Order: sequence, then structure tokens, then C-alpha cells
Amino acid sequence: MRKMAERMAAYRKRPGSLVLFLLTVFSAFLVCLTLLLIVGYILVKGLPNLKLSLFAWEYTSENVSMLPAIINTITTTLIALGAAVPVGVCAAVYLVEYAKRGSRLVALIRITAETLSGIPSIVYGLFGFLVFFVTFRWGYSLLGGALTLAIMILPLVMRTTEEALLSVPDSYREGSFGLGAGKLYTIFKVVLPSAIPGILAGVILGVGRIVGETAALLYTAGSVAGVPSNWLGSGRTLAVHMYNLLSEGLYTNQSYATALVLLVLVAGINALSSLVAKKLTKR
Amino acid sequence: MNKFSVTDLTLKYGDFKALKNVSLNIAANEITSFIGPSGCGKSTFLKTLNRMNDLVEGCTITGQVLLDGKDIYNDMDVNTLRKTVGMVFQKPNPFPMSIYDNVAFGPRAHGIRSKSQLDEIVETSLKQAAIWDELKNRLKKSALGLSGGQQQRLCIARALAVQPDVLLMDEPTSALDPISTLKIEELALTLKKDYTIIIVTHNMQQATRISDKTAFFLMGEIIEHGPTEELFAMPKDQRTEDYITGRFG
Ligand SMILES: Nc1ncnc2c1ncn2[C@@H]1O[C@H](COP(=O)(O)OP(=O)(O)O)[C@@H](O)[C@H]1O
Ligand SMILES: [Mg+2]
Repeated sequence: MRKMAERMAAYRKRPGSLVLFLLTVFSAFLVCLTLLLIVGYILVKGLPNLKLSLFAWEYTSENVSMLPAIINTITTTLIALGAAVPVGVCAAVYLVEYAKRGSRLVALIRITAETLSGIPSIVYGLFGFLVFFVTFRWGYSLLGGALTLAIMILPLVMRTTEEALLSVPDSYREGSFGLGAGKLYTIFKVVLPSAIPGILAGVILGVGRIVGETAALLYTAGSVAGVPSNWLGSGRTLAVHMYNLLSEGLYTNQSYATALVLLVLVAGINALSSLVAKKLTKR
Repeated sequence: MNKFSVTDLTLKYGDFKALKNVSLNIAANEITSFIGPSGCGKSTFLKTLNRMNDLVEGCTITGQVLLDGKDIYNDMDVNTLRKTVGMVFQKPNPFPMSIYDNVAFGPRAHGIRSKSQLDEIVETSLKQAAIWDELKNRLKKSALGLSGGQQQRLCIARALAVQPDVLLMDEPTSALDPISTLKIEELALTLKKDYTIIIVTHNMQQATRISDKTAFFLMGEIIEHGPTEELFAMPKDQRTEDYITGRFG
């Protein structure tokens, strides 16, 4: 209480700081309020529309089931990660462990990655369309979509892995080399294991982007509502599914329910990422 | 018998000469300590003995370093060298893994896979480092949970596990409390019958307590080298005398 009084006295002397204080509190409040409004709105609209038929095995225009879309989302995510994570991690290992520090090449790769991560996703969509749909003649395909997403998250995976590797203390590397361990052994047994929390955080951020992406998929994976028989068939992910439901205009209620599922999914992934990072960094 | 024999060693970091025409013989099964003001090249010299300077970009070395008569920069594989010449660092640097895995790390890196063999190596190494009794019931626990002194003795055990001939220690006690320091000094004294030990120290009492020979470094040169008692009692060079009587550094 006394503290409060002291602060009030200070503010009386300097009204400017009181205004500033109130402004920051208000802004923080506004941020929370926006989030609450969105989540609340989707909950209110979505929950009543969440029916068992929305999770039917087959999609029909009657049940507009989202289960095929969920399966496609999982497949797409796994393919995209399978392509992007090994390449991104290897690139980062090269940059941190092999390339000369401060070399031109490293700077160039870094700038490239930064630029790539700022490109709007529709541009990736166009690129994927031209490469996979047109040049490779795959048509709309889950594989083309997934690979487009892989290219999209590659800079993210590389940069976060690079940060994670850079934060591994040099004393670990010295300790390992000092015992006569070779470079590869040191990287695989000491450096990468210590960097895993950071790498995982990057991967999970990547998953978040994949799950939420529509623009890059519309012209690559297409929007067929079922599960394709193989990876070269078209299929829509959950986010694309929702986009289609909304644009068709007939299924607004169902798209709220879909939004709810998508929201829970993304929130779950984010929670998982912070949990994993915390678990692994503590020990 | 000489373990190391260094002739005319000059080391440059870029254009900066950190070691200037250094020559030194180091006898086997003795403790040699390196003293001198900070920045005079003690760590740099120590690291030329197991080629840890190879990791520093822009570092160039001329001269010759013989280990048991073999040129370590030309006639020896660097990983074999580092297995033979172990190193303990200034700040304890256990790996973020279990105590057991820390000690078993070196043997595993050199291809030992058998569980029973590793168990045995871990036990003997920890016993040699006089820390077995403290740790035997928590081998599976993380090494990062140990105290600084325990971590440093674990690092010594880790270095011993690859069965080196030589142990290089770079100010191994500068981050430790007096009791842990004493334990490490005792340990060095018991280890010297099986190993050649070279220790960098800031602490002249430490040099007199444990070392047989002492080398005094100044600005990248060895000013004086000899039996520890002689060097401290009757230094031949004025600069050595100034340093050990505390007139500079
Ligand atoms: N990696 C490095 N790059 C450039 N200069 C270095 C490096 N390591 C040490 N030096 C320089 O070499 C000199 C000797 O350093 P060092 O061997 O660490 O001294 P000491 O261990 O005796 O305190 C110092 O002037 C230091 O600044
Ligand atoms: Mg030093």
C-alpha cells in the first residue's frame, strides 16, 4: 500500500509518466482483449456446430466432413518436414561448423535465407505451381503442395538451427576435440544433441506455418476434398478446407466448427513447442 | 627422459607473435608448471602441445614439437595426439550428459563399444580422479548438477579415460574454492607417477607446492626454466625475480 502511495506521489510530480504508464497498460489490455474476442467468438460460433458428422470418414457435400482434410494436413506436414528439416539442419551445420566464420559465402547464404523468409506465401504458391504443376506435369498434387511448403519453411528451419548451434558453448567442442574425437563425432554426439531444443522449437514453428497455410497450397495441392489415393493426387488441408467452405457460402456454420478445430490444433502445437523447449533446456 | 622436446617454436595469431622462438624440454613423470603474467602466452604454448591451436583460424606455427621423438605436427594423426596428450580446461566443461556418459565419451569416440569394458574404464578413471566414492551412486545423473570442484575432477577422469600419457591442465583450479583446489593438487601429485603433467597456474604457491620444474613466461618467451625450488630460491634472471617477488604482473 505504501508503495502505491509513493508511486502516486511520483506521478503527481510528473504527470507525463502517468500518461505513459496508462498507455502501456491500455495497450497490453487491448492485445489480450483482441485475442479473447477472437477465441471467444470462434468458441461461441463453433462449439454448437461441432457435430459428429463433421468427422465422417468420407467427405460428401452433405456432411462436409473435415476428417479427410485433417489426414491431408498430417500427410502434408510430414512430407514437408521430411524434406525441409534434413536440408535445413545440414545447411546450418555447414554454416556454423564448417564454413569459415565471417566468410562472404556465409553472409550471402544468411541474407538469402532472410530474404526468403520475408516473401509472401502466395509467391511460393506461384513458384510451386510453375515448378510442380506445370514443369513436372504433376497437376494438383499433395506432394507438390508439401514440397512448396518445405521450400517455404526451409529458411526458418535453417535460421533457428543456426541460432541453436551458435548457442552451443565452444567449451563443449573443445572438450570433445581435446579427447581426440573427430569432427563428425563431435557434431553428432555433442553439438547437435545440445542444440536439439532450439532445433525443435524451429521445427514446431514450421509446423505451425504449414498447418495455417492456404495461399501456397491453392495452386499446388489444389482443393479436392477427399484423401487422394497417392501423393500425386490433389487434396486440401484443413486451412484450405475452411477457406473453401467459406467461399462456397453454403457452409458458414460448418466453417466455424472447422475454425475451432484449426485453432485448437495451432494452439496445441504452440503449447507443445514451449513445453518441449522448456523440458529439454532444463534437465 | 624427455617427453616433449620443443625447438624454436614461433606462433602467430594473424600478424601477432604470441610465442617467439620458444625451446623447452619437458621430462616424463614430472609436474612442470608454467607461470607468468596473464597474456604472456602460457595457454597458447600449452595448446601447441596437443594442437588445439589448429582450431583457431589464422594461427600459424613454425618450429618443431617432438613427443617421444615424434614430430606431432608432421608425423602424427591429430586425434591420436590428443588421445595421448589429454587436456583439462580452465573452466570445468563437462558435457550436458550423465556422469557415466561423460567419462565414457572418449573411449566411445575411439571405438570401444562393449558395455563391460566401458563400465570398467568408467570405474577406474573415476577412482584415479579420486571421485568414485562421491559419484558411484549417481552415475546416471547429469554431470551439470555437480559442484564446480566435482565437475573439474570429473573432467580429469574424462581425460584419463582415454589412457593418455600426458595431462595438460590450464589453470585448472582458478575457478574453484580452496578445498577443491587442494584436492586437485593432491590428485596431480598422485597422478604424476603414471603421467607427465603440465600445469599452467597463476598461483605461485601452487607451483611450489606441486611442481618439479617451473618455466617462467614473459611476452611470448620463456625467460627461465629449471627445478622449481631453484627457480624460486635463486632466480637467475632479474625479470624472474621481479615477477616472483611480486614487483610486476
Ligand atoms: N585466439 C586468439 N586469437 C588472437 N590472439 C590470441 C588468441 N588467443 C590468445 N591470443 C593472444 O595471445 C597472447 C597470449 O595469450 P594466452 O596464451 O591466452 O596467455 P596466457 O594464457 O598466458 O594468459 C595474448 O596477447 C592474447 O591476447
Ligand atoms: Mg591462459
